[in-house]
Amino acid sequence: MTATPSTPPGTTAESAAATGAPALEVRDLRVTFPSEAGQVQAVRGMDFAIRSGETLALVGESGSGKSVTATAVLGLLPDTATVQGSVKLAGRELLGLPDREMSKIRGRGIGMVFQDPLSALTPVYSIGTQLIEALQVHQDISKAEARTRAIELLDLVGIPDPRRRVDAFPHEFSGGMRQRAVIAQAIANDPDVIIADEPTTALDVTIQAQVLEILKRAQEVTGAAILMITHDLGVVAGMADRVTVMYAGKAVETGTADEVFYAPKMPYTIGLLGAIPRLDAGSGAREALTPVEGNPPSMVDLPVGCPFAARCPVAIDKCRTTDPALLPTGDEGEGRAAACLRSGEIGEPDGLARERMFPTPPVPENAFTADRETRPQVLAVTNLVKHFPLTKGQVFKRRIGTVRAVDGVDFEIRQGETLGLVGESGCGKTTTLLQILDLPTKQEGSVTVLGKETKSLGARARRELRKDLQVVFQDPMASLDSRMPVGDILAEPLRTHNWDNDRIHARIPELLKLVGLLPEHAERYPSEFSGGQRQRIGIARALALDPKLIVLDEPVSALDVSIQAGVINLLDELKHRLGLSYLFVAHDLAVTRHIADRIAVMYLGRIVEYGDAAEVFERPSHPYTQALLSAVPLPDPHKERERRRIILQGDLPSPADVPSGCRFRTRCPKFAGLTDAEAERCRTEDPSQSRLGADHTAACHYAAALEVV
Amino acid sequence: MTAQVPIAAEAETALAAPVRRSRGRGALVLRRFARNRTALLGLVLVVLLVLFAYVVPYLVHWKYTDNDWNNLGTGPSGTHWFGTNHSGQDMFALTMRGLQKSLVIGLIGGPLSTFVAALVGACAGYFGGWTDRVLMWVLEFMLVVPSFLIIAVLSPHFAHTTWLIFVVLLAAFQWMITARVVRSMTMTVKDREYVLAARYMGVGSMRIIFRHVLPNLASILIVDATVQVGTIVLSETALSYFGFGVQPPDVSLGTLIADGTPDATTFPWLFFFPALFLVLLGIAVAFIGDGLRDAFDPSAAGAKARGKAQKKRDRASGAVAGPDAVALPGARNADAGGGDAEVISLTTGEGPRTAPTAQEGLSS
Repeated sequence: MTATPSTPPGTTAESAAATGAPALEVRDLRVTFPSEAGQVQAVRGMDFAIRSGETLALVGESGSGKSVTATAVLGLLPDTATVQGSVKLAGRELLGLPDREMSKIRGRGIGMVFQDPLSALTPVYSIGTQLIEALQVHQDISKAEARTRAIELLDLVGIPDPRRRVDAFPHEFSGGMRQRAVIAQAIANDPDVIIADEPTTALDVTIQAQVLEILKRAQEVTGAAILMITHDLGVVAGMADRVTVMYAGKAVETGTADEVFYAPKMPYTIGLLGAIPRLDAGSGAREALTPVEGNPPSMVDLPVGCPFAARCPVAIDKCRTTDPALLPTGDEGEGRAAACLRSGEIGEPDGLARERMFPTPPVPENAFTADRETRPQVLAVTNLVKHFPLTKGQVFKRRIGTVRAVDGVDFEIRQGETLGLVGESGCGKTTTLLQILDLPTKQEGSVTVLGKETKSLGARARRELRKDLQVVFQDPMASLDSRMPVGDILAEPLRTHNWDNDRIHARIPELLKLVGLLPEHAERYPSEFSGGQRQRIGIARALALDPKLIVLDEPVSALDVSIQAGVINLLDELKHRLGLSYLFVAHDLAVTRHIADRIAVMYLGRIVEYGDAAEVFERPSHPYTQALLSAVPLPDPHKERERRRIILQGDLPSPADVPSGCRFRTRCPKFAGLTDAEAERCRTEDPSQSRLGADHTAACHYAAALEVV
Repeated sequence: MTAQVPIAAEAETALAAPVRRSRGRGALVLRRFARNRTALLGLVLVVLLVLFAYVVPYLVHWKYTDNDWNNLGTGPSGTHWFGTNHSGQDMFALTMRGLQKSLVIGLIGGPLSTFVAALVGACAGYFGGWTDRVLMWVLEFMLVVPSFLIIAVLSPHFAHTTWLIFVVLLAAFQWMITARVVRSMTMTVKDREYVLAARYMGVGSMRIIFRHVLPNLASILIVDATVQVGTIVLSETALSYFGFGVQPPDVSLGTLIADGTPDATTFPWLFFFPALFLVLLGIAVAFIGDGLRDAFDPSAAGAKARGKAQKKRDRASGAVAGPDAVALPGARNADAGGGDAEVISLTTGEGPRTAPTAQEGLSS
């Protein structure tokens, strides 16, 4: 495969395998940071070992210490941090090595793949230059040889036309391709260990599937051990051989993926697995999600005893006084351990049952059982179009193209139902949202809110309409003005619509109560709340004027899994209690499955499939929907491994350069298998929505249902 | 939410007792300001300076126009607290008279210049398009025009009116650079989601600027106002030196300093006392500015409540915890008025910060 580089003794994977030593071994790792509030014990004793060819997943929520662990292994922590313990790379101790020695190991013995590919690659050098640099720093080869090797690597990770793309700059690549280039850089020198820190979090689902495939292939080619750090249990189920769950700086459960997913022995793992919305949940009796109440503890002032005790439903008195150590649980197999005083009782026939360990809130009564057609229409959008001109020139701008962000979108929402608008980045769903919220006067199509068409509205009528149409944004930090106390934030919509002071002061505690906060919270600033609570405040603000339709732009994607469940349940409950309708934009299909009644799947500015949620999820008929659903990782190791994934080739075309005919044909897996006559139809004719069922349409000439979940 | 019903029930009984109306932002800012001892010191200092400048001269024997022919250029003594200048005028009286002028010039002119800068910059940044272009042309023009000459040309017209016009003129030539900074900061703030949320609520644009945009720039605006106080006093000096602005026999701290500088080494009291009062004014304003800045900024440690007694009281009364909160003993950073009902963990319950944004798609 390559020129074998000269290797320092004791760091080759072969020698590690020969002696049976793990490729990476971490014992009792402790990391402490100084901070204004005191010493932050970010990692409090981590133990794990990874063998060559094995993948270990480090799972945890934000603040659990997983990224700090990885950074400590790499020796990239700031000087102020105190690192204790032992980190051995094939038997060689890494902690305490001077930076010069560590620089020889980084990139050679250990390869890194970080979260954001845009910041991992230098924007001013071409990809080829960066790869060549990575090769030449650690190996003694000439520039020409390095260039050949770089092209080979780009081909290995699946970048089309590598001979030309090797000279491209990072900004000319899409996110998925950038991450692939980063993986190429990580494996350039045949590392023994690859550390991937949330490698696919910033990527879309279909691109994520591609990148994870590449990562697996990289592992096969190099024989490296992979340390994957992630919060996404679906990704873990598909990639990991072994799993370590972290909480508050310590490992609380370890084992093989099967053991941890099917027979967890620690209440936190059980809670986490119960809080995830499932894509493969049947459309039988709908259940609310099971949230894990509370927040992770402050790492400055850790309580005595088990850090999870305050949120644990089965905690006993002893849990609050003794911090349980990570101990092997019986004789299941070596490496299986849990840090819980009651782990022996969990799962036993006369001990603690795993189901229902965390209380599931009751499903609220659905007040709108009447047939869809009989309910009044809340929002109707026909032929919504939004094009952005591409201009060039400073003083005199001339138009050189159009970005067709939204190119003819039709849907409607009736009272009491939730429409989920799903699609990947760049499909135009946020632009659709913003167009609707603008209540546009100049619009090629039409937007009708509560029976009133926006084109015919004057300024006053428009303001009146805004009372009934409210929005909840994605980022809980940016959607609340950090300089306003919560009470003022909630009062703002009320003041804008001229409520008098007494009414406003009575309404504020009501709203806080509605979303599960306390009246005293009105005098606090948003920065004093956690992300989930801030999102609740955003929801309370949207509810202030008793709207009929709430537009939600990815409201839970910035939240941790266990907090997500609480907010989703809140949204569900409010919908049923107050008779709200939601337009829910998301890229997370599992969340959408849980909360949406109907679904519209968008691709490049058009809706490709539309209809009842259960129908669309169980019988997806458009090839894009099928690929999308098959790309979503399920948190179930057996199902994940047995799944046949439909992987889309290539990248999303630019909305400024939309393919003729059916816009999906450039990536369509079905298109490849069509006859010439059929393919010609796809190339020339733009498909319209074909009816597949009572409430199910798809825009494909050859739509056919396929079960992919 | 598991505990929705029980919490609602408990909160009902809690609400049965009259709930205090929550305070708005203005009241909270004042409360936070009042907690800051240095800021209060600055306020006290300004009040003292005002008293000194306006009240004390009536209680002293020597007026600023009197000449004591027996004490020309003498140092501080029992009769003349700050000494006399070469014409026998009492330095204390002169300094107080000058302080009157400079207080008005500085405390009005400084904030005025900042206000104009904030308004122009925010409007240019928020509205964009032609508003931005026109305002920026005006700004560039003002930067290029020699301010001194303009004031010199205009001053004969105002010779018979109040000298406060000069304060306005001085402020009119100080706002440009800050306006530029405000404009670029407005452009970053304008696309934030809370501004979008306010727009979609139906809030008018000017109201958004004053309610959301400017308070988020409060730190830089307050610092600028603080600095402008000193700058304007000194630019007034330059004007007066050339015969515009404050004319003899009237004095300002600036003119006194300008007159006293040549003799600073031989007759130090001629320079020292006016300079001291100018410095005191600057320090007082700086303290107030710092206090205001911290009061506006919710994350500033200086203005946070430190109510240990309050915490104990809340814990005893069994404050009900919200569903996302965990009551742990030893919770830090809890603000008064909520006690221990909440733990603020160092990393909040959020997932990875980068959800899929438009990284995909638009590049070919």
